[in-house]
Amino acid sequence: MADGASLAIPSTAAPASGSLKRFARRRSTIALIMTLPLIAVIGGLVVWPAGYAIHLATLNRRMTSFIGLGNFEILLESETFRMVIFQSVFFAITAVILKAAIGFWLAHMLHHIPANGQRKWRGMLLVPWVIPPALSTLGWWWMFEPTYSSINWLLNVFAIPSVPWLGEPWWARISVIIVNVWYGAPFFMIMYLAALKSVPEQLYEAAAIDGATSWQRLRYVTLPMMRNIISITVLFSLIVTFANYDIVRVLTNGGPRDLTHVFASYAFQVGILAGNIPRGAAVSLFMFPILAVIAFFVLRGVNRRNREEA
Amino acid sequence: MSKHGITRRHVLRNGAGVLAATAVGAPMVHAQGTAGSLRFAFWDHWVPGGNDALKQLAQRFGEQNRINMTLDFINTTGNQLQLTIAAQAQSRSGHDGISLLPWDPGTYADQLEPCDDVMQRLSAKFGPVNPVAEFLTKRNGAWRGVPATSGTQAKPACVRFDLLKQHAGLDIREMWPAANRAGPGADRWTWDTFLTAAEACHKAGVPFGLPMGQFTDAVDWVGAVFLGYGARVTDERGNPTIRNNAELRQAIDYLVRLSRFLPNDVWAWDDASNNRALISGRSALIFNPPSAWAVAKRDAPQVAENCWTVPMPAGPKGRFLAYLPYVTGIWSFGRNKTAAKSFLEYITQRENAELCSNMSQGYDIPPFLSMSDFKVWETEGPPVGSVYNYPLKPHHQATYSIAFSPAPPELAQQMYLQALNTKLIARISQGGETVDAALGWLEREINNMRRGG
Repeated sequence: MADGASLAIPSTAAPASGSLKRFARRRSTIALIMTLPLIAVIGGLVVWPAGYAIHLATLNRRMTSFIGLGNFEILLESETFRMVIFQSVFFAITAVILKAAIGFWLAHMLHHIPANGQRKWRGMLLVPWVIPPALSTLGWWWMFEPTYSSINWLLNVFAIPSVPWLGEPWWARISVIIVNVWYGAPFFMIMYLAALKSVPEQLYEAAAIDGATSWQRLRYVTLPMMRNIISITVLFSLIVTFANYDIVRVLTNGGPRDLTHVFASYAFQVGILAGNIPRGAAVSLFMFPILAVIAFFVLRGVNRRNREEA
Repeated sequence: MSKHGITRRHVLRNGAGVLAATAVGAPMVHAQGTAGSLRFAFWDHWVPGGNDALKQLAQRFGEQNRINMTLDFINTTGNQLQLTIAAQAQSRSGHDGISLLPWDPGTYADQLEPCDDVMQRLSAKFGPVNPVAEFLTKRNGAWRGVPATSGTQAKPACVRFDLLKQHAGLDIREMWPAANRAGPGADRWTWDTFLTAAEACHKAGVPFGLPMGQFTDAVDWVGAVFLGYGARVTDERGNPTIRNNAELRQAIDYLVRLSRFLPNDVWAWDDASNNRALISGRSALIFNPPSAWAVAKRDAPQVAENCWTVPMPAGPKGRFLAYLPYVTGIWSFGRNKTAAKSFLEYITQRENAELCSNMSQGYDIPPFLSMSDFKVWETEGPPVGSVYNYPLKPHHQATYSIAFSPAPPELAQQMYLQALNTKLIARISQGGETVDAALGWLEREINNMRRGG
């Protein structure tokens, strides 16, 4: 039935208009018509902007002539941009690893709380994820603020010297990662919690009968059963973290000395603020092919495992 | 056609009905819309009540010219105004006119209506325009907008005169009184004196609040120091002039020494950090328009009444005052360009510019040099006369400036917005690089920016 053949509806149409009606009644035609709204939305909101961004990235600063990959070449020769690549990769990988680890740990903690108490803890732990990040980052900024940091005030109470959270490059990088992890870990937690709940209890019972330690249960039961969800959450989080903008923008604006810029914040600075939209587009597109390749392999692995399990 | 009941006569009759209904139903608030409507977006003023002048002027202009006026005020927090400008330029639709940030007239020159006719009439009436405003607004020989009064600012020193007298022995009010003359000791108001005072105030626990980050306040004051030492990083054609540049090294040496007497977190300061430093009483001096002082009047009156605005110090090559103008542009795709030009001409008239300055408590500086004598700068207080020396006056013997200004505007814009001057100092002072290494980085960055024109 899914081969595009005609629907089994008896036809009473006149032979003169038969071919048009046959075309209209084909399953594939109806499917196409029904998916047209979705195709239009994807085309208008994804394909067209992406295509336009690619087009922009191939223009000169005045957007009057085509320079091919010139913007990418110029960017790669810039020390600042090479630093942005390093920072984006460092930020994304560190933050995703920490988010996944903390989310995994939290999910385990929650999983072992009795159902009644679990709900309120789950709700509280999800709070960072539901607050708009621009707003919560502003709260963090007040805590890190160079002159009146409340965290420093607390440190000083315990005779610990103030930390230049946003003024010193490595502290600034750590601050940005802390906020991203704080915001993103609940997403991992809720996904992993759902995955944990779907692991059959019998597997753990069987492992216990075999004398498996808790580490062995985690290593040989939990992790293999959660492999797909871990792959997908890590992939999605990696993509979103690479594209992060608001945290850097609010906390450090890329400073000090551009040492906390990531692709999105640098693209905004170059493209919108400095008026070089094509080069800004090139910055924002830089990770696209790399992430696309990673996504391809991760999703292929997930599909393969699904087929094996089916 | 007739068999479906649609005839040419029907079409004409129904079309006329639709047109009539549209005309009757259109909202024309002020004068039945005989001259159409205008929609402008202006920068949303920091100073409370700062937008009221433009609202009043728009209402008067609308009534006089039978134009339905709509004003939107868009702030620069989160770069909302910049994003709006970029979006309208890309989509070629939006307001008739819009407030442009200093470097925008160049960026969007091709999409802005030339305003030479307006500027000719205004210049004939009010004399020369601020040279920085002209540098930023003119492209390819044409004015790409009208330099605005609302939002336009300079960044002189806002000094805690009590602290400076106590810790550095400088009577700043005597040096720069609220009068058209320099007082005794004004000639000693140099960057060297400034350094000595910065050290003394740092020792006393009230360091100067000078940002060294990547926001405009930082780039502006560092740019004025560079110019005061004659330090230029490029020539007028954009060629780097970094190698064997003694003035540049002198300016760098000065700024590195000065940075030792600033709070240790200035590398992360934004445009509000210096204001907070002054208002909280932790700092003896900042470079800023009177907005910090205006907020102090409300939140910390004991601080405000000890503030006095004076010109920036002078360097070996002169005294420069950082200046940051807004420009109001008219989109070439706007629908009512003639009326838009008339409106811009109207709001730039002396009495209307003065209204903007008055309503903003003296913050707004008009683009014409002849308009630096408004009463508001004499009468605002406390203390009365605190902002008398805010706009540049002849006895200051100073020049309005913007960082990187001798470079071609397209390049200067990139250097300015990527804060190359403060990053240069930060690399040496904070990052521990040698001057040669930092200058090498600067040259490579500039060469990179020049590519891909």
